[in-house]
Amino acid sequence: MTLLEGTGPLGPLLPDHPSEFIVGIVLFFIILGVVWKKVVPTFESTYAARADAIRGGIDRAEQAQAEANAALERYREQLNTAKDEASKIREDAKNAGAQIQAEMRTAAAAEAARIVQAGHVQVDAERAAAREALRRDVGGLATTLAEKIVGEALTDDARSQRTIDRFIADLDAAPQQA
Amino acid sequence: MTPLATPFLPLEGNAPPTFGVGSFDSRPLFPSAAWTHGDTAHYAWTDIWVTNHILQAVIGAALVIGFWLWVSHNMKIVPGRKQYVGEYLYDMLRNTVARDILGHDYKTYLPYIVSIFSFVLINNLFGQFFLFMFPTFSKIGFAWGLALLTWLLYNGAGIKKWGLFSYLKRMTVPAGVPVALLPLIIPLEILSNFIVRPITLGLRLFANLFAGHLVVLVFVLGGTYLMFVSEPIINKVAGGAAMILAFAIFALELLVAVLQAYIFTVLTAQYVSSAIAEEH
Repeated sequence: MTLLEGTGPLGPLLPDHPSEFIVGIVLFFIILGVVWKKVVPTFESTYAARADAIRGGIDRAEQAQAEANAALERYREQLNTAKDEASKIREDAKNAGAQIQAEMRTAAAAEAARIVQAGHVQVDAERAAAREALRRDVGGLATTLAEKIVGEALTDDARSQRTIDRFIADLDAAPQQA
Repeated sequence: MTPLATPFLPLEGNAPPTFGVGSFDSRPLFPSAAWTHGDTAHYAWTDIWVTNHILQAVIGAALVIGFWLWVSHNMKIVPGRKQYVGEYLYDMLRNTVARDILGHDYKTYLPYIVSIFSFVLINNLFGQFFLFMFPTFSKIGFAWGLALLTWLLYNGAGIKKWGLFSYLKRMTVPAGVPVALLPLIIPLEILSNFIVRPITLGLRLFANLFAGHLVVLVFVLGGTYLMFVSEPIINKVAGGAAMILAFAIFALELLVAVLQAYIFTVLTAQYVSSAIAEEH
């Protein structure tokens, strides 16, 4: 009566008709075709793009990190250079100061020597002048003294003593005249 | 059958009942005169090729294709809600079924895995949802069709990788078996790998769905009979209890529907994996 009735000894284990067997296979192939050509490639390319995006992000972060490291290195280098330069300038200044000090000291010493020299020269000149004046005067003085001594009585010790005293006193007064 | 049928639909002519055990019989959508009069010799081709079960398989296939095209349409690197659902399902098949079982060649077989799982799943779920209330794979022709395809797939994959004779040797002569045992082992391996595998694959799917639908029928129709046809009051109570229990059976059948789709898919992957494995 129905399509099922009269099927062989296997009962429901055999299809009523090959139609469902064939239709099932055909439908599956249609699904497979769409999934194969459209669905799976779309999913896989999305996943690949996502993996790429994530990997790209990591790459960018790594690059930024490297750049930061390079900048840090550069700053550190600059800092070191600046430090070196500062210490060099300090050293130079110290050296220059010492040099200036030495120069000043030399100049001062030279000046002092010059002043001393000038003093010496002056003293020598004065001394020579004094000696010359003395040499000139001593003759006259000696003559004067001798005249005075001779002019008085040689016997009178007291007188001669007074003469000598007078001479000395004159002599003391003489430089003030000269 | 007759007292059971009366509360529902008056049946005309020789047409089979459209519910109960009759739901296992395919009904033509446009029955010819020969069919309505039970004239076996003169069925029109539409009586066989354009039936409710064929239509439901076609709708199932259309839903599967529609679903995958919908979720894979306009995919973004950062998924939205729709894409998230699609990726969740796809990843389950791709990572936990295909990749874990098939290893590094899994992308070759991924379309097959995705297609077979979704096609079987939606047709199994038809058994629990309105409009059809009938699992397509409890018609054994559909189950045999997919079992045959899987059989062709794993043997084809093995032959393609190893060549015909090398593949047959690998599948029938396990490594490390003493020569004395070979006369026993080889027929067993042939039986197991080439005959039992496709038969159990198709039969398991069919039998689970067929039996599940039958149990639902027993509870619902039996309960209906006890409530409406049977006279003693105790039978009416038992019928009500059966109707309530039918919901539990429905829940169980939902689990079976998903599980059988998963098992069919995993076994397909497993068979392909054993056919292309380096050692087994």
